Amino acid sequence: MDDNVTSNPQKNFFEETEGRKGIFKWILSTDHKRIGLLYFYSIISFFMVGVALGLLMRLELLEPGGQYIDANTYNSAFTLHGVIMIFLFIIPGIPAVFGNLILPIIIGAKDVAFPKVNLLSWYLYIIGAFFALSTLVFGDGPADTGWTFYAPYSVNTSTNVSMSVLAAFILGFSSILTGLNFLVTMHRMRAPGMTWMRMPLFAWGLYATAWIQLLATPIVGITLLMIVAERFLGVGLFDPSLGGDPILYQHMFWIYSHPAVYVMILPAMGVISEIIPTFSQRKIFGYKAIAYSSLFIAFVGYTVWGHHMFTSGMSGPARIIFSILTFIVAIPSAIKVFNWLATMYGGSIDLKPPMLFALGFIFLFLIGGLTGLVVGALATDVHLHDTYFVVGHFHYVMFGGTGFAFLAALYYWYPKIYGKMYNVKQATIAFWVMFVGFNILYFPMLVVGIMGMPRRYYDYLPQFHVPNIISTVGSWILVTGLIMVIINFIKAKKISAKEAKNPWGGLTLEWTVQSPPTLFNFDEIPTVTSGPYEYQDKEER
Amino acid sequence: MENDKNNHEEEHHIVSYAANLKIWVVLLVLTWLTITVAYLDFGNLAVAVALLIATFKAGVVLTYYMHLKFDSKLLTILLLITVAVFSTFIILTFFDYAFR
Amino acid sequence: MSEEALQHAHDEHRDDAASKLGMWLFLFTELLLFGGLFLVYSIYRNLNMEDFHAGSAHLDIFIGAINTVVLITSSATVAISITAIQKKHYRLAKNLLWFTIIAAGIFMVNKYFEWGHKFEIGLYPGGEMFEAMPGGERLFFVLYYFMTGLHGLHVIIGAIILGFVIKEINQGKQTHDNFAFHENAGLYWHLVDLIWIFLFPLMYLII
Repeated sequence: MDDNVTSNPQKNFFEETEGRKGIFKWILSTDHKRIGLLYFYSIISFFMVGVALGLLMRLELLEPGGQYIDANTYNSAFTLHGVIMIFLFIIPGIPAVFGNLILPIIIGAKDVAFPKVNLLSWYLYIIGAFFALSTLVFGDGPADTGWTFYAPYSVNTSTNVSMSVLAAFILGFSSILTGLNFLVTMHRMRAPGMTWMRMPLFAWGLYATAWIQLLATPIVGITLLMIVAERFLGVGLFDPSLGGDPILYQHMFWIYSHPAVYVMILPAMGVISEIIPTFSQRKIFGYKAIAYSSLFIAFVGYTVWGHHMFTSGMSGPARIIFSILTFIVAIPSAIKVFNWLATMYGGSIDLKPPMLFALGFIFLFLIGGLTGLVVGALATDVHLHDTYFVVGHFHYVMFGGTGFAFLAALYYWYPKIYGKMYNVKQATIAFWVMFVGFNILYFPMLVVGIMGMPRRYYDYLPQFHVPNIISTVGSWILVTGLIMVIINFIKAKKISAKEAKNPWGGLTLEWTVQSPPTLFNFDEIPTVTSGPYEYQDKEER
Repeated sequence: MENDKNNHEEEHHIVSYAANLKIWVVLLVLTWLTITVAYLDFGNLAVAVALLIATFKAGVVLTYYMHLKFDSKLLTILLLITVAVFSTFIILTFFDYAFR
Repeated sequence: MSEEALQHAHDEHRDDAASKLGMWLFLFTELLLFGGLFLVYSIYRNLNMEDFHAGSAHLDIFIGAINTVVLITSSATVAISITAIQKKHYRLAKNLLWFTIIAAGIFMVNKYFEWGHKFEIGLYPGGEMFEAMPGGERLFFVLYYFMTGLHGLHVIIGAIILGFVIKEINQGKQTHDNFAFHENAGLYWHLVDLIWIFLFPLMYLII
């Protein structure tokens, strides 16, 4: 710490306490970097709980029949695993952590547009998380409905659905406020000269994401309130015995929850679009195509929710339309992948940990995306719906995609935020352990899914035994990799301010400020005169 | 979208008292119209007519009372995007119910 | 960073356009929140045409119309109060806001009598009259309570916010060239009016 201060006279944001002491330095600060770290620590903690539940389920599935937990506990475990991973980890993950930490710096701003609202959204997140986890202790046990809370079962079950649903509502509000804040920040606070077409692609990803958070989340909010009303007042909005239509609940739920998967993946794609040019030292190929495809994904993403309901009793024409629209949304995702590959072509690729995780993302997201087309096609989905194929598919997209991108972002921006460097060799080994473990864990799920093993049961037929053993062993390998990653970060060493400023040779604005950044990031707001990835020019010079 | 960076330099448009009152009268007339029209028998078109008048009323409030006419065009564009997204939700949901 | 520089950076640059944009984006989420309810309403009305017709017959068009006029007038007074503050007619601006708050009160009192009457005759979930109704008619009333209830909640919140605007005008924080809060509170109030513009024909005027 000493040599950092001597070589750099500016106080960084860790040292700048604004006159607050102890924990209040954190929980009262409106500095976007401190809020980002608050999110980071809380999100990682909840992620661990989710991982533990996942491990528990995999352990139970090691053998057919019940061994360690009974059927009801298993139902609660997969519900809580889903709620935690989706509402507490993946949805806020990259936007709330890296959006907060990096977005203002990368567009040349001192903070987000509404710093106090930003802090409020963290408090809402914590309150929501408390509600979600409190179901473990209060009431008749955690919800056993699955994270989708399908009516009418969610209305009738005696488990504590109301609390979980309320948690999702509050977390949704937190997500809306984050999105709103980022939108205004990007509209009003870009550095002079940073036109929309000079904005870094990570910011573009967050921009598209914010529009989904803003417009889709209220729909699920009101739907969940209706579920609560139904539980307390027995009004029958979605209960067929009282005149309601349960399929309408599914529509309302997926109108939000399908776009929500783009809330999960778009910021991840933004991260990858930052990392690939830096570690290839090449100008990004097709900047505009990547930027616009984010918007395209966001808006087409609003129209495909019905593909979650192909077997629910929806009308035939609607199913066909939703299936076609689902194919259309694959196009912009593919555009991005081709552009990343074209960027790497002929570049001087440096396989540092962030780049490894980015490449891991591309590989795993490709499998996730292509299996997505299989379940997006009406004819095949009827066969694969509610099997382990679906479980394999969305873990490839969400964990292999967003999860790996989260780690890529962490490896990429870690020196910037902390002014420390992890052990690169250990990080590389950890990547390979995780990558191998991941595929051993999830690929057998695709296979048993096609063989017909249904999801969400604590038991299975004996013919699925071998793939399930492989899968459970994979979960142990994957967790070993995760533990290696965490230990490596904990043992990261302080490096000099000069080394930490720009360890990867990046060109975006966050690499022009000191590491860790000062309270207001910039002494003087820079003026931007070119696009964010002009690596080619550097070579020519 | 570029001009949204500098619209804080624009002068705030002041809507005159008289204009505000005129809009008020227009809205009252439209309310009377909604009620009157509801008693006429338009059959299946009744909802469409009611929604048409309501949308027009909403448009008047948005344009004048909410100052969209005098503010940055960006706000109008964003509002239209929002309305388009919501309409998409309605239309696609009806694709299900219309063919069941 | 020196104390002075820190202090300087804390005097945040005022950006009214940013707060207005933020307010509009928030209003979009409110629109979609009610939008979800309108979606459910439209589907169920489509499935239960006759029942919705019968349900609507229980509502008093006269009270609904009065409330519509009250809300439209209150919307006008808020709009005029923004003109007034720009012209430095602070007293008028405040009086108009008081009038708006009173209008909100009248609206809620009407609502109270309207709901109270229905509760008296057992027209609520669990009530005798309600339970005897066919499914579609019950759905109509569930949506009626849910939508007008949520709207009423917004009326109350809006009135409270306008109260804070009056306080800030008194304290001299809202002035003729610095009235972002006043303007944004006004936008919120107009939204409350907008929602009612759609609720009124969809609930009361199914004739």
